[in-house]
Amino acid sequence: MTGMTLPVQDRIPRSSPKRRLRRGRSSPAAEALKIVALSVCCLAVIGPFLMVISTSLADPLQIDTGGGMVIWPERPTLEAYRVIFAGGQVTRALAVTGFVTVVGTAVALTVTAMLAYALSRQKLPFKRIILMGALMTMLFSAGMIPVYLTVKGFGLLDSLWSLIIPVSVSAFNCIVMRAFFQNLPAELSEAAAIDGASEMRIFLTIVLPLSKPILAAIGLFYAVGFWNTFFSALLYLNDQEKWPIQLVLRQYLINNAAISAGDAVAAGDLPPPQPALQMAILIVSLVPIACVYPLLQKHFTKGFLTGAVKG
Amino acid sequence: MRRRRARRDWSLLAIALPGVAVFLCFHYLPLLGNVIAFKDYQPFLGILDSEWVGLDNFSVLWEGNPAFLNALRNTIVITLLQLAFTFPVPIMLALLMNSLASQRFKRIVQSVLYLPHFLSWVVVVALFQHILGYGGPLESLMAALGGPEPEIIGNPDFFKPLLIIQDIWKSAGWGTILFLAALSGIDQSLYEAAEVDGASRMRQLWHITLPGIRPVIILILILRIGDILSVGFEQIILQQPAVGLAASEVLDTYVYNNGIIGGQWGVSTAVGLVKGAIGVALVLLANKVAHMFGEDGIYRGANK
Repeated sequence: MTGMTLPVQDRIPRSSPKRRLRRGRSSPAAEALKIVALSVCCLAVIGPFLMVISTSLADPLQIDTGGGMVIWPERPTLEAYRVIFAGGQVTRALAVTGFVTVVGTAVALTVTAMLAYALSRQKLPFKRIILMGALMTMLFSAGMIPVYLTVKGFGLLDSLWSLIIPVSVSAFNCIVMRAFFQNLPAELSEAAAIDGASEMRIFLTIVLPLSKPILAAIGLFYAVGFWNTFFSALLYLNDQEKWPIQLVLRQYLINNAAISAGDAVAAGDLPPPQPALQMAILIVSLVPIACVYPLLQKHFTKGFLTGAVKG
Repeated sequence: MRRRRARRDWSLLAIALPGVAVFLCFHYLPLLGNVIAFKDYQPFLGILDSEWVGLDNFSVLWEGNPAFLNALRNTIVITLLQLAFTFPVPIMLALLMNSLASQRFKRIVQSVLYLPHFLSWVVVVALFQHILGYGGPLESLMAALGGPEPEIIGNPDFFKPLLIIQDIWKSAGWGTILFLAALSGIDQSLYEAAEVDGASRMRQLWHITLPGIRPVIILILILRIGDILSVGFEQIILQQPAVGLAASEVLDTYVYNNGIIGGQWGVSTAVGLVKGAIGVALVLLANKVAHMFGEDGIYRGANK
C-alpha cells in the first residue's frame, strides 16, 4: 500500500557522549570556532527579545533621549503594561484570542483524534478512500478565493468559528496520531471488544488514556497555530471588536497606528511613549508561547519523530 | 452476529464523520468552487447562476497584463533566492551542530534556534521593523559609528534580501530537526572504518555524512518544489504597504488584492487555480524523477 513515509529512523536525535568521544577528533580551535559561530546565531535570535523587554519597561525620558528602542531600562516602570491592560482593544483582543485558542484546540483535538482512531481500525468502512482523501489534502489547496466563498457560504463570516472549524483537522497531525494509535498493543482493544465494549467506549476508555503524549504534542501545536492566527482573521472578520491579538499587533506595531492611552492615564500625567506601549503589547502576545515552549520542546521530538515513522 | 458486526463497523464511520466532514466541506467543496474561474462570478447571483465565460478569465495569463507579469516575476525571483539561500542553511546548521563535541551546548543551541518557528509572522515582521528600521538600535549604532543611515525597512530595493533574511531567522533552526534525526541515524562504524583507512574529515563528510542524509534532503526538496509558487504570503502581505506593489506583489498577494479586495473574483480564481495545478504537477513530477533515480521520494512505490 502506498503511504506517506518519512525516511527518518525510529529514534530520537541523540548521540551518546561515548560515541562522540571516539569521533571527536576536531581540534580545540575548531570546536571553539563552532561554538562562537553558533553563539552568534543564538544571540541573533535572543538579542531582539531582550531589547523588546527593555524598551517595554523603559521610562519616557530614556526613550525620548534614545530615540526609540533602549538596551537597558535605567528606571524600569510597568506603566506601559498598566495602560494596555486597562481595558482597551488589546485586552479585548487577548480575550478573543484566548477563546479561539482554548476552544479551537479542544475542537481540533477531538475531531483529529476521532478520525485518527477510526482510521487506525481495520474494520472502518471506506477506509482506503478516507485515508487517501485525507492524504491528498496535503498535496493541494483549493485556493484562497474558493475557500473564502465556502466559509462565506456557510455563514461563518464575522464569526470566530471561521477561525476554528476550517482548520480543525490537519491531515498531517491526523496521520501522526493514527500511527501512534496503531502502535498501541492491539490485545487491549481486542479484549474489550470481546467483552462487548463499543468502539466509542474503546476509544474513550482504552486508547485515549494511553495516548496522552501524542495528544499533548499535537494539542500544543494546534494551540500555537490558533494563538498565531492572523490571515484567516484578516479574511473573515470585518468587525474590529472581534479582532484577535495578531491583527491588533499588526495595526499597532507594523502599521504604526497610534495607541491612545485614554482613561488609563490620570490627568496631568504623561502617557507612556509609543515604543514602550508597542513593545509591551508584543511581550504580552508572546507570554503564552514562552510558557508552552518548554513543553513543546519536550514533546515534539518524542511525539513527532516517533509517531511519523509508520505510514 | 453478522448484523452486529456490521453495526459495529458503521459506528466507526460515525466516529470518523466530523473529520471527514471538515475535509469535505473545507477542502473538497472549495475545489468545486474553482468553477468560478470559468464564470463571470457576481456575488449577488451566486456561483450557480453566474454566467459561463469559458477561458476569458485565464486570458490574464497570456495577454501580457503588466500587474500579473510583475507578480509572476517577483514570485520567481523570490523562490529562486529562497532555494539558493534559505534551503541550504538548515543543512549547514545541522552539520555544524552535529559536529559539536559538547552535547550540552548543542542542546542549548537547539532550544534557542527552534524558538522563532513558533512565532507568528506578525511578530517576526514587527521585530525586524523595530530593530532594523527607523529609530531602531541599528540606526543608533550606525550613527554612533558615523556610518550611513541603514535603509533596510521600507526600501523596495532591499525588500527581497530582507524577505530571505527574515525567512532564515524564523525557520532555519526548526529546519534542522529532520536533518539532525537523519544524521543520528548514520551508522557510526562507517566513520571508524574511514578513520582507519585514513580518510580526512572532509572526505568523511563527502562520502559518509552527505550520502547518509541524502534521502531527507531529497524529500524536503520535493516538498519545497510543490510550494515553488508560494513564497511567504503572510510575510509579504504584512510588509506590502511599506514597500509598494512593484517590489512586493507575488502571485498569492495578486489573488488576494484583486479578488478579495478588488472584487475580480473570476480572474483571481483562475490565477489561483493555475498556480495550484502547477504546484501539484511539480510535486508529482519531482517525485517521479526521484523514483527514477532510485530514491524513495515522498512515498514508496507500490511494489517496492
